[in-house]
Amino acid sequence: MASPSEVRQLDNGLKVIVQEEHTAPLASVWCWYKVGSRDERPGLTGVSHWVEHMNFKGTTNIPRDQVKGIIEQFGGSWNGYTFIDQTTYLETATRDALDRMLFIESERMANCLYHPDDCESERSVIISELQGGENDPDQLLDQELTATAFKAHPYRHPTIGWISDLESMSRDDLYGYYRRHYVPNNATLVVVGDVDTDEALRRAEHYFGGIPAGQAATRLHTVEPEQTGERRLTIRRSGTTAYLKVGYHAPGVADPGFFPLLVLDAVLTGAKGLNLWSSFRVPPPQRSARLYRGLVERGLASSVSGSLLPTEQPFLYTVSVTATEGTELGSVESVLLEELDRVRREGITEGELARAKAQLKARLVFESDSVTNIAHQLGYFDTVATVGLFTSLPARIAAVTTDEVASASLTLLNDSNRTVGSFVPLDEN
Amino acid sequence: MRIETSHLRVPSGLAPVRATLENGAVFLGKQTRTTPAVTISLAMRAGSICDPADQAGATWLLSRVIDRGTTTRSALDIADELDNRGISLNFAVTRHILSLVCTCLAEDFEPAFSLAGEMLMHPSLPEEEIATRKGEVVTAIRQDEDNPAVRATESLMALLYPNGHPYGRPTKGTIDVVESLTREQLMRLHAERFAPAELTAVVVGDVEMERARHLVERTFGDWRRPRPAPVPLAPPVPGRSRQRLVIPMMNKAQTDIAYGFTTIRRADPAYEALRLMNNVLGQYALGGRLGDSIRERQGMAYYVSSAADPNVVEGPLLVRAGVSPANVDRAVASIDEELTRLVQHGVTATELDDSRRYLIGSMPRALETNAAIATFLQNSEFFGLGTDYDVRLPELLRAVTLDEVNGIARRVIDPACAAVVIAGPYEDS
Repeated sequence: MASPSEVRQLDNGLKVIVQEEHTAPLASVWCWYKVGSRDERPGLTGVSHWVEHMNFKGTTNIPRDQVKGIIEQFGGSWNGYTFIDQTTYLETATRDALDRMLFIESERMANCLYHPDDCESERSVIISELQGGENDPDQLLDQELTATAFKAHPYRHPTIGWISDLESMSRDDLYGYYRRHYVPNNATLVVVGDVDTDEALRRAEHYFGGIPAGQAATRLHTVEPEQTGERRLTIRRSGTTAYLKVGYHAPGVADPGFFPLLVLDAVLTGAKGLNLWSSFRVPPPQRSARLYRGLVERGLASSVSGSLLPTEQPFLYTVSVTATEGTELGSVESVLLEELDRVRREGITEGELARAKAQLKARLVFESDSVTNIAHQLGYFDTVATVGLFTSLPARIAAVTTDEVASASLTLLNDSNRTVGSFVPLDEN
Repeated sequence: MRIETSHLRVPSGLAPVRATLENGAVFLGKQTRTTPAVTISLAMRAGSICDPADQAGATWLLSRVIDRGTTTRSALDIADELDNRGISLNFAVTRHILSLVCTCLAEDFEPAFSLAGEMLMHPSLPEEEIATRKGEVVTAIRQDEDNPAVRATESLMALLYPNGHPYGRPTKGTIDVVESLTREQLMRLHAERFAPAELTAVVVGDVEMERARHLVERTFGDWRRPRPAPVPLAPPVPGRSRQRLVIPMMNKAQTDIAYGFTTIRRADPAYEALRLMNNVLGQYALGGRLGDSIRERQGMAYYVSSAADPNVVEGPLLVRAGVSPANVDRAVASIDEELTRLVQHGVTATELDDSRRYLIGSMPRALETNAAIATFLQNSEFFGLGTDYDVRLPELLRAVTLDEVNGIARRVIDPACAAVVIAGPYEDS
């Protein structure tokens, strides 16, 4: 595991985390904000993500025409993403670009421009992004399943937003949201790489220390009421392939019940790890997993995957299946639900527990293979829980018992906690 | 075994160990200590160009089955071996290469490597596994049929490489051909195309290179098979007039555009000039000049970029964009306009310097992880670039002149002869 990180809080409330990694002449800087699509009210869905886009379009001290190349001059790359709990921005470049990266993030926090023409231009870019997502039936089904499983909590709406909100949101909506949430006391700055900790902290103070604290925004706090019965949705659309998704309300990452479910998911579909930035790059080992054997090896499905995301508040555990050509979704569903019911009745074996732990141990190593990935994990966990939770992941996984998995399965996998979504392709011809 | 260590020739850089076995197999290795993990990359020069003319997709299907049983291990044995250790295994097929990439913990290196070698040399290709994997491949082809981005790109390749050229055939093949493939055909393909002289075994990670080299020798040293005759590959005939194909997919929300030309061979002295030209055109920062015009200034697309892929014969230059149906004509006109401007006026000295600095400066980042280093070493070996290519590359890029960049633009780009495919909710009026 990586070397320990240093955590400081500036007077304006900005938390700064620095970790030295001297394996390559690189540094990665991430700035995290505790604002995501769960903070959006009706009429403003998608605003967090749109704001993220606007924050790449020039600042008071980085004119619009100087944005291009500002980090590429150092061989660096930059990016950002918005999700349900958070918004984050990153640069990774050679270590001599540390000042440049900190300057960019300090500008992004305090001085973005939001020119009305840029807001308008970006509206169509984002609508194009939404339409690109809708081209994928699996993504469309995922969006609809989430919206069905949640009836009160704002996790229910997609991060990209609903189309009518994207069409009607104004520049003032965007700028107001930016000013409310982009304050140092709502942010965490992470620096990982070939840097000196004391020097990095001094440079962070230099660039961010003068930004005044803002009024801490109160996050929406709707608690999703307990689901009282199975929910179903079916999308019938022109297409070629049938998809099935089953979602269960699951605990947030800081809940002690999260880790038995992480093991359960590894037993059912193979371990994915916990790094949203990198996990998808390495396919999970899943040939022995129960649902793979029950569905893919029997020719009913061409793929099966499980998803237990580390979120701040209770989200979903989702199993996604792609039916093979010619297979009815009904037979896929009955095998899937029977397997889930079996694990609920019988729990898992000691052998399965050992295998799941070995897989998760390997994944934690694989997903910490770069300064970018390490920095992501520190910032991600600080935003949705604590850095301490991240550093305790190996111990927490190692401590899980078969009894805990059995108990978690019993609670989670009951039919009144379930939402079933189907995409049924209609043949145009 | 002949051993070369590029330490002797270059003072810095990756300096991988390279050795050639008596049977012609090549070992390339690099020890890293970032994480206690190892990436194993076994590349066989037996890609989809090796598909017999009436068996398009045979190599792809072989890649799905080759890891499902060997002469000494069943599919279940292999599943246990992989999953009990959390080993990630992935196969990929390109035009020229079938590759196995395996990521494991350093402690599992020996069993993982031995298993990988056994799969490549001695697959048993069980009938029941072929049947199951066929079902997956057919489903994947059906998913591709419903994916505008895949349809656009594959159709563009068919236009650029017509008349059954191996670069123009879909790698996965067609449903009727895949369904008709037999175990005997796959066994024959393996027997004829898999040979030690076609193998490059790359090991990157936390393992002593002497140990890795011995394991490669022990695993592959006794393998004897004659080197197969090269697959004849004609150079493509450059387009002489504009080609345009519209694939209406009215069930989709976004339209994908694929636009391109054939260019040059990887061995062409102008390769680095083309790479720099492409970076200016459709890569630098957010999609180069194309990104500036189509995404940033006009707000028409969420994604637009270009990619140059010179290969053994003249590879393609592809421009791809995803746009709303209403913007298709304007987006194609903008691509035409940018390409015309590039040919007529060339790139500027500043643009060239920026792209050059970026490509050189990004090398430490591009070579940070085990997987990235393994990919780089495989590419260098395939194209005969030498073990010091990472050290020579900056100088190669520095040596490129503005005239050379603008010369290659004039040589390969002519909008009047472009092939253009539009797939999505769009019809010619």
